[in-house]
Amino acid sequence: MTPLLHLDNVSKRFYGFVALDGIDLDVYPGERLGLIGPNGSGKSTLVNCICGTLQNEGGTVQFDGKPLDGLTAHERTHRGLARSFQLPRPFHSMTLADNLRIPLLYTVRARLGPLHSTGDLDARCHELLDMFGLAKKAKQLPGDLTQVEMRKLELARAMAAEPKLLIADESMAGLSHSEINDILALLLRLNERGIGVIMIEHIMSAVMKFSQRLAVLVSGKKVADGNPEDVVHDPEVVRAYLGQ
Amino acid sequence: MKFPAATIAVIVLVLAFAHWLKLDYFYFASYTILQFIVLATAWNILGGYCGYVNFGSAAFFALGAYSAVFMDKFYPLPVLALMVIGAVVSGIVGLGMGYLTLRLRGAFFAIATLALAVVLQTLVVNWDYVGGSRGAYIVSPETIGIAGIQVSYIEYLFALMLVLAAIALTTARTIERSQLGFGLGAIRDDEIAAEAAGVPTLRLKLIATTLSGALMGMAGAPFPYYIGYLQPSSAFGLEYTVNSIAMPMIGGTTGWIGPLVGSILLGSLQQIAIITISSAVNLLIVGLLLVGFVIIAPNGLTGLAQKYVRLWKQL
Repeated sequence: MTPLLHLDNVSKRFYGFVALDGIDLDVYPGERLGLIGPNGSGKSTLVNCICGTLQNEGGTVQFDGKPLDGLTAHERTHRGLARSFQLPRPFHSMTLADNLRIPLLYTVRARLGPLHSTGDLDARCHELLDMFGLAKKAKQLPGDLTQVEMRKLELARAMAAEPKLLIADESMAGLSHSEINDILALLLRLNERGIGVIMIEHIMSAVMKFSQRLAVLVSGKKVADGNPEDVVHDPEVVRAYLGQ
Repeated sequence: MKFPAATIAVIVLVLAFAHWLKLDYFYFASYTILQFIVLATAWNILGGYCGYVNFGSAAFFALGAYSAVFMDKFYPLPVLALMVIGAVVSGIVGLGMGYLTLRLRGAFFAIATLALAVVLQTLVVNWDYVGGSRGAYIVSPETIGIAGIQVSYIEYLFALMLVLAAIALTTARTIERSQLGFGLGAIRDDEIAAEAAGVPTLRLKLIATTLSGALMGMAGAPFPYYIGYLQPSSAFGLEYTVNSIAMPMIGGTTGWIGPLVGSILLGSLQQIAIITISSAVNLLIVGLLLVGFVIIAPNGLTGLAQKYVRLWKQL
């Protein structure tokens, strides 16, 4: 099968610091990939390089069979890549519905043409808000949301761009056990719709429940990639997490 | 009668009354307020909607004014045509400035726009054709005939600026309720998140700098005819930069109505201060009001009103 996302020898430096060192990674359509690694291992840098927030200095990023190198972040979103942020970054002056309207206006319209009337856009916004359990707060500002609702808004906004691949960057950080299960159920439901999901997470119970495959980054290098049960028992992974 | 129709009727009545009594000073002072409505609205398209603070408003205004001076010497045209030329010149410079500086953010962008004003002023000071540092005299007729009616030239300039203010406000209102407005708002709130949501941030910012620059240039084009004698220090005056920022900040930056309210309030206060206290007290008023509003109402008067409306609805 042709991978949806194909990373070949991706590298990134910040002056003398090597953040990513020759990362190879494939993600297949509809796949659930867990990406883990200790703090500072390069997970977020990798997401930024995939999504175009940062440009990789070495290697290539291919999506849907086409190279993404040199494309801006919004162009990559138009191609079908969407992400949520580790620290929620809502459009704080806009209502929840308007937060979702942005990707609908700029990504879905750019991809499919101006097919949406205002009514269609509103309907799509409410459908998404309903799916994420935020419908009652459609007209409120993000400042009024709880932490878990903020995380849901991040995911809902990413989903509004109708992606083929969603990268969820620590969507469960700081949440309670029941809230984690809530987000996990949402991500699984999204995946059931055929959307590939890369879950970046520190909460191993959630990662193990979710992932069909697990990749591990340590100090900017990929040290393991495979079946989650095998990967977590890999001596190099154990050493990276627990020390020598 | 609906509110807009009533407003227009009142304005027409006041203007007819001022024309009948030959109150030239009324037009002279009102022209300044209208000019600031245009400048503040234009500044707000980039600064308020998009969140990029431009300290170079005076440069765009002066570009419009000096385009008019240049054309007056090179190939005299009606003021209306000069306003279009001023818009094109300032719009192109706005686009160029945007392209060169929009990768900068926050204070760095603001400093770059200030630098643009300094560079342009230096060029104009050393450009003899448009008067250089000694300035340029522009002779305008006493009266002008419009549709068979003879009106004073200041009334004509006032009418032009009134139309321009209407165009600026309509443009801002249209942007605010359009896809462009949503995109600019997303950039203002979080540019990285906006890109991730698919907003072509650079393109939108270039549209904003071009539109903003063009409107400021349009406002500057009739200025030499209004003032009669144009010198670099008056065209590049600090009051244009300060007022362009202060008026939307005081009125509120998130909507088209904020700059309108701020300009009318601050512009009227300044005009009253000029005739009752002294012309030098202008910027002191602006400074004091700005400090007061930053403390009491950081989102401006419209922001304050919206806050109370929201609280009222929650009760």
